[in-house]
Amino acid sequence: MKSSLISLTVGSAITLIAGAVSAGTLDTVKSKGFLQCGSNTSLAGFGQPDPQGNWKGLDVDFCRAVASAIFNDPTKVKFTPLAAKDRFTALQSGEIDALVRNTTWTLSRDTTLGAFFGAVNYYDGQGFLVRKSMNIKSALELNGATVCVQQGTTTELNLTDYFRANKITYKPVVFAGSDETLKAYDSGRCDAYTTDASGLYAERLKLTKPEDNAVLPEIISKEPLGPAVRQGDDQWANIIRWTHYAMVTAEEQGVTTANVDEMLKSTNPDIKRLLGTEGKFGEGLGLKNDWAYQIIKNVGNYGESFERNVGAGSQLKIARGQNGLWSKGGLQYAPPIR
Amino acid sequence: MSNSVSTNSPSVSFIRKESTQALPPPIRATGALAWIRDNLFSTVFNTVLTFISLALIYLMLMQLLHFAFFDATFTGQDRSACLSSASRPEPGACWSFISTYINYFIYGSYPIDLRWRVNIVYVLFFISMVWVLWINAPKRAWGAISFFIILPIVSYILLLGAPSLGLEKVTTERLGGMVVTFIVAIVGIVVSLPLGILLALGRRSNLPIVKVFCVIFIEFVRGVPLITVLFAANFMLPLFLPPDLNPDRLLRALVAVVLFSAAYMAEVVRAGLQALPKGQYEGANAMGLSYWQSMRLIILPQALKATLPNIVNSNVALFKDTTLVSTVGIFDFVNTLQASFKNPDWATPVTSTTGWLFAAAFYFVCCYSMSSYARTIETRLAIADKR
Repeated sequence: MKSSLISLTVGSAITLIAGAVSAGTLDTVKSKGFLQCGSNTSLAGFGQPDPQGNWKGLDVDFCRAVASAIFNDPTKVKFTPLAAKDRFTALQSGEIDALVRNTTWTLSRDTTLGAFFGAVNYYDGQGFLVRKSMNIKSALELNGATVCVQQGTTTELNLTDYFRANKITYKPVVFAGSDETLKAYDSGRCDAYTTDASGLYAERLKLTKPEDNAVLPEIISKEPLGPAVRQGDDQWANIIRWTHYAMVTAEEQGVTTANVDEMLKSTNPDIKRLLGTEGKFGEGLGLKNDWAYQIIKNVGNYGESFERNVGAGSQLKIARGQNGLWSKGGLQYAPPIR
Repeated sequence: MSNSVSTNSPSVSFIRKESTQALPPPIRATGALAWIRDNLFSTVFNTVLTFISLALIYLMLMQLLHFAFFDATFTGQDRSACLSSASRPEPGACWSFISTYINYFIYGSYPIDLRWRVNIVYVLFFISMVWVLWINAPKRAWGAISFFIILPIVSYILLLGAPSLGLEKVTTERLGGMVVTFIVAIVGIVVSLPLGILLALGRRSNLPIVKVFCVIFIEFVRGVPLITVLFAANFMLPLFLPPDLNPDRLLRALVAVVLFSAAYMAEVVRAGLQALPKGQYEGANAMGLSYWQSMRLIILPQALKATLPNIVNSNVALFKDTTLVSTVGIFDFVNTLQASFKNPDWATPVTSTTGWLFAAAFYFVCCYSMSSYARTIETRLAIADKR
């Protein structure tokens, strides 16, 4: 679903040419006065314009967090909406400073496309949507089911692999577009519908009776989505990576937008180091020492951003699941700030 | 003889003095009824066809009316208003979604407190366009100056801002929706026509280098699809240019659209040039006119008149082709529409259908007014031929 031959060949060509893009992205960003963020053209919960034309979403929040860390101002960010084929070219040519566009971290993107993935801000993966009336609790019970899937995507391949590995028979019904696939499921043509889990929650809302359908717990593929930058600028890569870790650490320590000012008085050494009341960790990144304070004050911690954009506070209502903190059974884990 | 008969016996005056009033023609021969009879019910076969067609039209129209009006939702704050309910099992169009997003469709992401600038451009655009296009308008020359010179400069300053004039700068990423659709279409149409004329003249020129250049350009551009040109302008151009010399995304797309439509326009104009009898060219030469004079006074007026339907056809096609810029991440009207479909607050089974219905209406109004206007002009120009 997310890779193509074109982007590979173009990408390898540009890694050669664009080696000329000089290091020091932070200085460039500071002198421009804003961060240029490559965003999705529109993806529910991750990055999309609201009726007023403002960008909203988990990825958008991340860009605002980086802008807050650099400028103490979440509005100093400009978004370049990028099509999937377009994104790595834009990153390599220097048109954008960071690519925060639900991009899957893979080995070939690290090697041939010259991208550097700083962190994983959303663990996605392929899931199944079924009608509640089928009384199915697990994907393993889908024996003999018909499954609606979009043609020619990695989704289709993952589906084949998963059912073969588990020795379950199924009947795939393939469609060219995602809308037709969903319509077919809605009209009862298939027993199950499959795509990336984050997409399932968004697509479910387009069904005639969304509440009669449920997402199964099994996630059958790995799609770690994260922000990417150009290789060869370690300082900039660190800023991107630690912006995410600061947000996760803040959630871990219970620091939120609402209580961050109080937390400045905290005696907890972890919180003191996070908010810059102790040590000079911000300066190490080339930022001010209150960088994390600014992120939390302006954008919030990871949990807040998650709930607001894709979680309980949104129409999508995605459960934390793999995106919960490591201490609560999820995969979000931040190295210590010290 | 006859006289005596009439005078002698008035009781048998069978010769009429005045003619009877002419009867109206039989109702079956003229009028709406006759037309219906002749065209719809002339034979049994045609009668059957008529009834089948009427039934089909009725069915489709009722479906459309039900969806668009009778079952539609006109008010509501979010998706719940447009979902099916017990009282309305088959919900129709979700117009409240359109009304929520209408400003986004019109202005894109343009900063809300600066949208008055876009409004001024819209008003100016409308006034000067009517001024230029309305044939009997007073002082049309001023209208032309306003449309071709003042409007572009003012729009540029207003839309993108000018810090020296106290207008805050706005980047082109913030432009979107119908603003972008109109910009791409108008720039494409206005720039490609003169460029196309030059290319057409160049292709018929006696100067070998000019001719070869024009032929190569036209044939090359015509040989690749617009979407390829857009992709090349968008993805490949930045790779060959130094990073700080990166042209604006919208500008790249504009250049691609203009060059592309200029090549098509050139072929349309060339058709007109070739349709003119050779005597026109010879006559112009015999008058002692220079090349540019003969083109301006004799050849082009006739050639353009002959190709007017084709020129308008190209322009209508170009207007619709502007939607292709959405594939390279530029937020034209169609792209803003698609972006809004993804909003989970409004995701319902009818949201996208409603959106496309709205888009169809928008494009139909724009394209149909273009072609109706062209028909008026053609009728007017045809007066000369009837003399």
